[in-house]
Amino acid sequence: MTARPTKGGALYALPNALWLTFFFLAPLLIIVAYSFMKKGLYGGVENEFSLRAYALLANAGIVKVAFRTLLVALAATALTILIALPVGYNMARSKNQTLKLFLVIVPFWTNFLIRIYAWIAILGNEGTINGFLRSVGLISDPIHLMYNQGAVILVLVYMYLPYAVLPLFSTMDKFDFILLDAARDLGAGKLESIVKVMLPNVRSGLVTAVLFTFIPIFGAYAVPLLVGGKDGYMLGNVIADQVMKVRDWPFASSISMVVTFVSTIGVLLFLARQKRPGVSKEQAAALAAEAAVAAGGGR
Amino acid sequence: MSDETLLAERRNGAPLRAKTGRSGLESRQRHAKARAASSFSGFAYWATIVFFFMPLVVLLVASFDKEKGGEWSGFSFIWYVKLFTESGELWRAFGNSALIAFASALTATVLGTLAAIGVTWYKFPFRGYVRTLNFLPMILPEIVIGISLLVFFAGVGLKLGLVSIYIAHATFNLPFVFLMVSARLDEFDYSVIEAARDLGASEFQTLMKVIVPMSMPGIASGFLTAVTLSLEDFVITFFVTGPGATTLPLFVYSAIRFGVSPVINALSVVMVAGTVALILPLRNYLKYIAAK
Repeated sequence: MTARPTKGGALYALPNALWLTFFFLAPLLIIVAYSFMKKGLYGGVENEFSLRAYALLANAGIVKVAFRTLLVALAATALTILIALPVGYNMARSKNQTLKLFLVIVPFWTNFLIRIYAWIAILGNEGTINGFLRSVGLISDPIHLMYNQGAVILVLVYMYLPYAVLPLFSTMDKFDFILLDAARDLGAGKLESIVKVMLPNVRSGLVTAVLFTFIPIFGAYAVPLLVGGKDGYMLGNVIADQVMKVRDWPFASSISMVVTFVSTIGVLLFLARQKRPGVSKEQAAALAAEAAVAAGGGR
Repeated sequence: MSDETLLAERRNGAPLRAKTGRSGLESRQRHAKARAASSFSGFAYWATIVFFFMPLVVLLVASFDKEKGGEWSGFSFIWYVKLFTESGELWRAFGNSALIAFASALTATVLGTLAAIGVTWYKFPFRGYVRTLNFLPMILPEIVIGISLLVFFAGVGLKLGLVSIYIAHATFNLPFVFLMVSARLDEFDYSVIEAARDLGASEFQTLMKVIVPMSMPGIASGFLTAVTLSLEDFVITFFVTGPGATTLPLFVYSAIRFGVSPVINALSVVMVAGTVALILPLRNYLKYIAAK
């Protein structure tokens, strides 16, 4: 639809634009500015240009955490997508779509932190698994299931799986499955027909799914903090520590810039994808919203 | 013709337009769907559902366990009793959460809806800017938004507390309302507005009697989403909270960090049950409005 030139339009959008300029854009620009300043003596910043905060990024400890963050995010995203593909496919071809959709969404109406807490209750030394193993006499000392990378990845997959399932389901639902039969008739194998015929057709859903899992996982804070312990620290935890404990705002800002930079690359790829014919911008936006909303926050 | 009949016609007309010409394709698809998906994907689906529900079942069982710990020690309602009688701090946190959720969702709904109307139907110089601003907060990692707001509030000298949390929540809620209302408005033709104006309605009358009622499903789901996201949020809230301003997720967080009381199990069960009981009728209501 074309927008009509009218005087009133700007008035409608003005309060929204002012709010987001003040409370979203301005804070972001402050972070950008701080990342180029010197650390103040007692927290805060000194009004002087400096690249110190970026030089600190080369610090071995930070490089190690950044590398771990990337690895954990890639592993968790890959696992999530691998699980979400058959799940979305199954839902799209189901006759009970409403029920199957409902079952996916309901667990995620539970508060984000309570879901993390539930995993602690399962994996902890006093948790369900250890309790069970003890009661059947298999172990006497608890096995340590928490505070390692595996636990972080497991819980992250749990948290972000619906973000991948929902957009994949939405695009697969619009796919005409008769094309698969056609491919089979023409001699393609079962897996071949899915990979070569269906996947290219649901690519927009796939890209949405990857982004909506990778970006929040890359910036994860709560999950690595609560189930990862010190060894599971990710970039988000380092940023928080720099702000709250060390009070080195420029350094926290420069790490935030790195996280933002990585996310932005992802988003640019996403937007480039949407320019392809077949998926309109609105559809893409709706898909993105659907994924975020149905999963009930906890980004 | 009055505004009401005009609207009624639109309502009847819009879904018709959307459905026309799809029935053939739909029946073909249904036929294809009827030939059920492979057993592998069925297994993947149900295994995932078990994975999704497992933590909830563990919480449910643990909430009736007499003593704390991984082994079952007998059935008891004690944690539910404690939840409702000895947990004043928890309920204060719940009250804060509810207050902030309502206030921030209301703010986001009003500002988001107005902007969606402006951007969908009007041309003005900073239209692209508004679109971009309403997209970015959704895709930036929460930690970055949280830190930047914390630094910002410190800079302008705002005392951290309920007000700063309210501002933060309204900010991350805005884009969702904007998006949902925009999606709804896109389904309607501008001629509806022109017709209302031609029939003598003022700008304000058109807004209140035509635009708002017809975009109500979008506005309502935007509001509900905002409430949910606000109640859920932990990371951003964690950074912009101050002394005394504890929300429910912050309360759960400190319970996890500084010794878990099984009261949290009981609370989780009550919250899940409450959410399902609240959302199911609301969903049906939304479907009902949408169908009308």
